[in-house]
Amino acid sequence: MIKPLYKYEPKNGFTRWLDARLPVLTLIHGSFVVFPTPRNLNYWYSFGAILTVMLASQIVTGIVLAMHYIPHTSLAFASVEDIMRNVNFGWLLRYLHANGASFFFIAVYIHMFRGLYYGSYKEPREVLWILGVLLYVLMVATAFFGYVLPWGQMSFWAATVITNLFGAIPLIGESITTWLLGGFSVDSPTLNRFYSLHYLLPFMIAGVVVLHIWALHVPGNGNPVGIQVRVPQDTVPFHPYYTVKDGLAIVVFLFVLAVVVFYQPNALSHPDNYIPADPLKTPAHIVPEWYLLPFYAILRAVPSKLGGVLALGAAIFVLFLVPWLDTSRVRSATYRPIYRQFFWIFVITCVGLTWLGSQPPEGGYVIAGRILTIYYFLHFLVVLPVVGLVEKPKPLPASINDPVLPPGESVRQAAE
Amino acid sequence: MAESDTADPSRRDFLYIATGAVGAVGVTAVAWPFIAQMNPDAAALALATTEVDVSSIAPGMSITVKWRGKPVFIRNRTPAEIEAAKAVPLSDLRDRTARNANLPDDATADDANRGVAGNEALIIMIGVCTHLGCVPLGQQGDYGGWFCPCHGSHYDTAGRIRQGPAPENLQIPPVAFVSDSVVRIG
Ligand code: HEM
Ligand code: FES
Repeated sequence: MIKPLYKYEPKNGFTRWLDARLPVLTLIHGSFVVFPTPRNLNYWYSFGAILTVMLASQIVTGIVLAMHYIPHTSLAFASVEDIMRNVNFGWLLRYLHANGASFFFIAVYIHMFRGLYYGSYKEPREVLWILGVLLYVLMVATAFFGYVLPWGQMSFWAATVITNLFGAIPLIGESITTWLLGGFSVDSPTLNRFYSLHYLLPFMIAGVVVLHIWALHVPGNGNPVGIQVRVPQDTVPFHPYYTVKDGLAIVVFLFVLAVVVFYQPNALSHPDNYIPADPLKTPAHIVPEWYLLPFYAILRAVPSKLGGVLALGAAIFVLFLVPWLDTSRVRSATYRPIYRQFFWIFVITCVGLTWLGSQPPEGGYVIAGRILTIYYFLHFLVVLPVVGLVEKPKPLPASINDPVLPPGESVRQAAE
Repeated sequence: MAESDTADPSRRDFLYIATGAVGAVGVTAVAWPFIAQMNPDAAALALATTEVDVSSIAPGMSITVKWRGKPVFIRNRTPAEIEAAKAVPLSDLRDRTARNANLPDDATADDANRGVAGNEALIIMIGVCTHLGCVPLGQQGDYGGWFCPCHGSHYDTAGRIRQGPAPENLQIPPVAFVSDSVVRIG
């Protein structure tokens, strides 16, 4: 790894005193100021910073919502309406939190597809990737618990369907479902514990984010060319180069979030969730939030209870194995002509599954769902290993600067 | 010092293993209440019962009542619906057990084992789809019984699963007539 340009020197008496006792300023300086970062990162690499901002935003809006929200079946729905109508700026805080969750997922999906395209999971970044998948799983759990809290019809039936998934486990399934619910159906004990966990998990996410960044900073960032940085000239200090670049990306991203919050705050949610939960009546057409639709389509593609649940679990679990399923030694899809096409087919498959998850489970939708589900698994279990073995990659440049600098320039710079 | 370490390691080894063992037992013992607290509490376990007057349900009609927080369907079936259910051979059924809390576990899913004993028109079932827990809709589906809109399970007029992802027949709770017109559920 490239060494930072210079070492942190505390400038005044206080920072000298503090750093001698707890070198936290040295740590921050080394990680976010002088950290040597490849000079060729594009905007797809800004989504990590965007995700960090979204996590902070969810925690801040969530903590203030928690000052007004009441986790009891008889009051939860009313307290959310109270937030919307009576609490000062409550509508803004809730719309920021609810749409913030959606935007959090938009960012994480872009971040993950970025990883799949540029082979970011490859040696030596396997642990970094695994921590990322773990973060995604924690996000899914957090968002699920959060969606139950407003206690609308979709909240209630999402909680019912998801907790019943555990009932598919042979022998102990029923007891697990009862244990999760704290009763024989979704009720106040369920709502109360989901609230407790919804408050807890984001802080666990924050903890795993620290490990994720730690694992990133051991080998350093990957980059779109996919070859290691070799000389100091391949890198620039994180500040000001990437603080500014990521800062711009964050501003643009938050701008889009603001447009949705102010002009289409309910576009991404389901109107049925404004109907109070009714344990005796299931809505005619229940669907999860958009970001879970692909997995819902996979669940419904299998015509058996246990089979559907296993497929759903496997669809997430297979992500953990990606570093070992991909056999190619070339990281970036830019230099992998065949894999690049399969990558886009996979993206289309995921978009297709998302759409199918929102359609009723009948006729052609079910058949299409089955085909795309099979392809989803084929991509990981067959395409990734086989393409890596048979494909002839394009020649890699000698330096990460070659593709952007005039011919000979990177050699000249390296010689300096 | 080094000599005594090798000469008599047994005391330290013993302490090490003993401490580890006590620690493991202690952790397990302490974990238990933390896990068990999530199970249904005494209030939820207190087996509530519900009494319903079924005399006003006309043939072909059904009502839904709430028992233990769950919907319970009570349907007074028409003769045609009963005949349809009786005509199905056991071999056509996906789940051949009665799932009837009033009968032994291995009772078969004949129509007689699904209806209320002593009143074959009446059928009383927990209205929770055995797939993932949605409430099926009555008088619907390919078999004229119930249809679950969530993932498309079809139940027949005896509440038996015939098509779709649900694995089992709808559950029948403990029921008993307390008078000619009133049944007690639970
Ligand atoms: C990973 C970060 C988080 C995600 C993805 C997330 C997601 C969600 C979602 C999807 C909802 C339902 C919104 C709706 O339809 O109304 C929700 C509600 C809620 N969340 Fe969060 N949340 C996060 C962090 C937090 C934190 C840290 C807290 C508290 C400290 C919190 C407190 C609440 C409360 C009180 C509600 C209910 C009010 C409402 O429905 O707007 N959230 N959350
Ligand atoms: S819950 Fe009834 S079909 Fe899935």
